[in-house]
Amino acid sequence: MANIKLPANKVQELKDVCEKFNHDKGELINVLHAAQGIFGYLPAEVQELVADQLNVSIAHVYGVVSFYSFFTMIPKGEHPISICMGTACYVRGAEKVLDEFKRLLNVKVGETTPDGMFSVSCLRCVGACGLAPVVTVGEKVYGRVSPEDVKGILAEYK
Amino acid sequence: MEIVKLTIDNKPVVVEKGTTILEAAKTIGVNIPSLCYMKLEDMDFENKPGGCRVCVVEVEGRRNLAPACKSEVTEGMVVNTHSVRVVNARRTVMELILSDHPAECLTCAKSGKCDLQTLAQDLGIREIRYEGEQSHYKGDESPAIIREMDKCIMCRRCETACNEVQTVGVLSGINRGFESVVATAFEMDLDHSACTYCGQCVAVCPTGALTERDSTNKVLDALMDPSKTVVVQTAPAVRAALGEEFGMEPGTLVTGKMASSLRKLGFDYVFDTDFAADLTIMEEGTELLGRLNKFLKGDKDVKLPILTSCCPAWVNFFEHNFPEMKEIPSTAKSPQQMFGAIAKTYFADQLKKKREDLVVVSVMPCLAKKYEVSRDEFKVNGDPDVNISISTRELGQMIRNANIDFAALTDEDFDRPLGESTGASVIFGTTGGVIEAAVRTAYEIQTGQELEKVDFHELRGMEGIREATIDFAGLPIRIGIAHGLGNARKLLEDIKAGKSEFHAIEIMACPGGCIGGGGQPYHHGNVEILKKRQQAIYAEDAGKTLRKSHDNPYIKKLYEEFLGEPCGHKSHDLLHTYYFDKKKKIEI
Repeated sequence: MANIKLPANKVQELKDVCEKFNHDKGELINVLHAAQGIFGYLPAEVQELVADQLNVSIAHVYGVVSFYSFFTMIPKGEHPISICMGTACYVRGAEKVLDEFKRLLNVKVGETTPDGMFSVSCLRCVGACGLAPVVTVGEKVYGRVSPEDVKGILAEYK
Repeated sequence: MEIVKLTIDNKPVVVEKGTTILEAAKTIGVNIPSLCYMKLEDMDFENKPGGCRVCVVEVEGRRNLAPACKSEVTEGMVVNTHSVRVVNARRTVMELILSDHPAECLTCAKSGKCDLQTLAQDLGIREIRYEGEQSHYKGDESPAIIREMDKCIMCRRCETACNEVQTVGVLSGINRGFESVVATAFEMDLDHSACTYCGQCVAVCPTGALTERDSTNKVLDALMDPSKTVVVQTAPAVRAALGEEFGMEPGTLVTGKMASSLRKLGFDYVFDTDFAADLTIMEEGTELLGRLNKFLKGDKDVKLPILTSCCPAWVNFFEHNFPEMKEIPSTAKSPQQMFGAIAKTYFADQLKKKREDLVVVSVMPCLAKKYEVSRDEFKVNGDPDVNISISTRELGQMIRNANIDFAALTDEDFDRPLGESTGASVIFGTTGGVIEAAVRTAYEIQTGQELEKVDFHELRGMEGIREATIDFAGLPIRIGIAHGLGNARKLLEDIKAGKSEFHAIEIMACPGGCIGGGGQPYHHGNVEILKKRQQAIYAEDAGKTLRKSHDNPYIKKLYEEFLGEPCGHKSHDLLHTYYFDKKKKIEI
């Protein structure tokens, strides 16, 4: 695993979060949530820092991070793409849309393109079932997406 | 005490409130099968995630079957442990577990000693009706421990041993659903983690998922090489457990048969780590008195308490977790390494051989010893002081491979000079033993008086943390003892906080000390076995003519002819070591 150097200001921000939670082991998930907010993802170094701050083992922290799909150890792309796989979207062909994103970007779900531009993930329902299938790129929502639309959506960000 | 009356398999049972159905059943001789469940009495080890569901029983009036290991008894409860419904459910559960388990029993290292295999036989499983995907996980080979996680059944016993008993914390359940597995952080190999190689995960694993690295072939190669003189040393705890590998009663002492079998295997010299244990006492005892007397003279910089350093898993533990205190443990090498250092100098000189032509093999109750022999500071120009370390179990395997009828062997003695030992060295194999041996020698050196009785019962026992004050002719010496790294951690935290009032502390990583080591025959959760091994160790000590390390004539001779004096210049070169800061630093 490549060692990365964490920026000092973000480290301090995370330490402040831990302080706010009184370094309570029971707040691990909340601390990780905040950490992902600060760093964008949870690389090994951040997990080690959290383990040290809350006085729990690194293995335990990794156990929690790997259990919840919300947590990611891979940095999100500049434009994070989420494809809704909720029931409504799924039955209206979300998987074909997902496959098209994967094909065009040559990444798997949870991965980021080598240039750091796009990452692909799945989510469960954005509350816009009437527009199914739904895709979000960053904060922007696309409705009634067909595999043919995918190329055009990506082009908006290139 | 509140009591509860219930019925199990039509028999009335009266137990204390809070008892589980599993434990209550045991009191009337009903052994409900279990798999993930394990409890080690007196050891603070209890694993009952209730995950495997093998122990399910039928409770009248309850819709679902209840896991006996987790369900507490209630007044008037009526339990059936072997109704058709229960037996069918239990078999289904077992078949489902087996449907995702590699059917490699014929070649598995754990075959014949595997709880999963035994249970499948007990339940009479003859076919597995379920077919599905097989899980494949990353394997891991460290110098001491092999992890074949495809064989893991997620019982979590290793996690309990590593995280709760030992507080080492390198294992955790990771991922979810079918991908779940027990692993290290980021699925790194154990040798990139803070693993101490204590081997307690191996000791409690019910399957072949966790085993030791097998070095028996390396030993055979050395024995077959005519250019090598092969010397073997056996740790104190091995003689109290090796018999179990051959179906003998736990607690059977097999010292003589062990020496005999080693000679039959072809070792050129059959020596004893006990000799080196006596040597350890000379060095560590002298170091203790040195620090103590400086302290008594008012030296404020002296490091007290002194901590024993015989246990390699314990050394790994403080190097990883308490590196800021690495000046406190004794600098004395472990007996295994002292033996190697003396064998490859003093003894090699006697044979007029070069050290490279000697192969030193150790038989240890321990897996951390496999790691210890590979440490760079125990090598001279790349040649290790101890070449190969095998476990008690591996020696059993070698004896079986050589067609030796172990039970029928006549007792033989160790060779001289490195095979002579006193009772003080034998008790190194159990918690409390090292410090008792040290007290026997330190008392006589410090006071100049002969000890009237050498048995210090106040230092013995199985409690996780013990303390005693020994009267050194008016000078009270306060001694602490901890076994199990979780207990050791407590004493270390006290030292760190400046609250410790001990002069000397003995620490052994494994519950029970070396008798409960990760390389010993599997105890399958039966603590009585450890207690019997402990009794055997004390019996061997009591039966010895010489019971104080400094009375060992070959130790005296070693100092006269070679070393000079304890903690002298040559001793420092050969018998003392230094420690490293292995704590992971976070770069910012």
